[in-house]
Amino acid sequence: MRLKDIIEELGLKVLAQGDVDREVNWAYTSDLLSDVMAGAQPGDLWLTIQKHMNIVAVAKLKDLAGVVLAKGVQPSQEVVAKAEEEGIALLLSEEPLFELCGKLYEVLRRKD
Amino acid sequence: MERQVFSYSVVRTGSFEDVGLISTEIKKKLEELGVERNIVRRVSIICFEAEMNISLYAERGGNIFVAVEPDKVDIYVEDDGPGIEDLEKAMQPGYSTAPLWVHELGFGAGMGLPNMEKNSDVFEITSELGKGTKIHSVVFRNKDAA
Repeated sequence: MRLKDIIEELGLKVLAQGDVDREVNWAYTSDLLSDVMAGAQPGDLWLTIQKHMNIVAVAKLKDLAGVVLAKGVQPSQEVVAKAEEEGIALLLSEEPLFELCGKLYEVLRRKD
Repeated sequence: MERQVFSYSVVRTGSFEDVGLISTEIKKKLEELGVERNIVRRVSIICFEAEMNISLYAERGGNIFVAVEPDKVDIYVEDDGPGIEDLEKAMQPGYSTAPLWVHELGFGAGMGLPNMEKNSDVFEITSELGKGTKIHSVVFRNKDAA
């Protein structure tokens, strides 16, 4: 499923666009950066409540499809600018992580 | 391809804002050199964790050297930080000495060194209390390269 379809289905706010045509394979949820480094796969969407600068680096290094910030956590302008510069999709949801994961799981499962 | 060596200084700024900049830079360099994607991914993880460790613990920062050769990528990490008291423990997943505020940022999961070892074909670490830590990691390019 393409990122832009997920954005629409889940009503995500786009903070930094990235590649919205990119195919999203699956998703990974964690707030521990090393855990994401170890466990996330390229093409995954990453769901987290971490909003600092390093999320952009982790997403870039792991070649993730994008980062979804849950619970309405607003990153700083610098983080958004960095995501734009690196071509990383940075998305925002008002939903808490658990609800967001549940909905995305349904959406990603449906296409299988 | 000739041997290509890159060296980077990890400067400690007191915040973690910059962690990942050097590994991102290294990743771009390796991609430019046409290193296999899977190898780039593994080297990126190793360098990211190294950067994170230096930023977390080594007061005067440290250095990362990356040498790209036709058959392998060597990564050398060195700092003159506090050293690791119990290497055996530090290599166990989940063992962490990071303070709480670091954990809250999502760092200090106790997975840094295990992640580095897992992604290396050769992993050597030496550490001396009060002197610093040295790591040599090798990722072979012919092995499950994709």
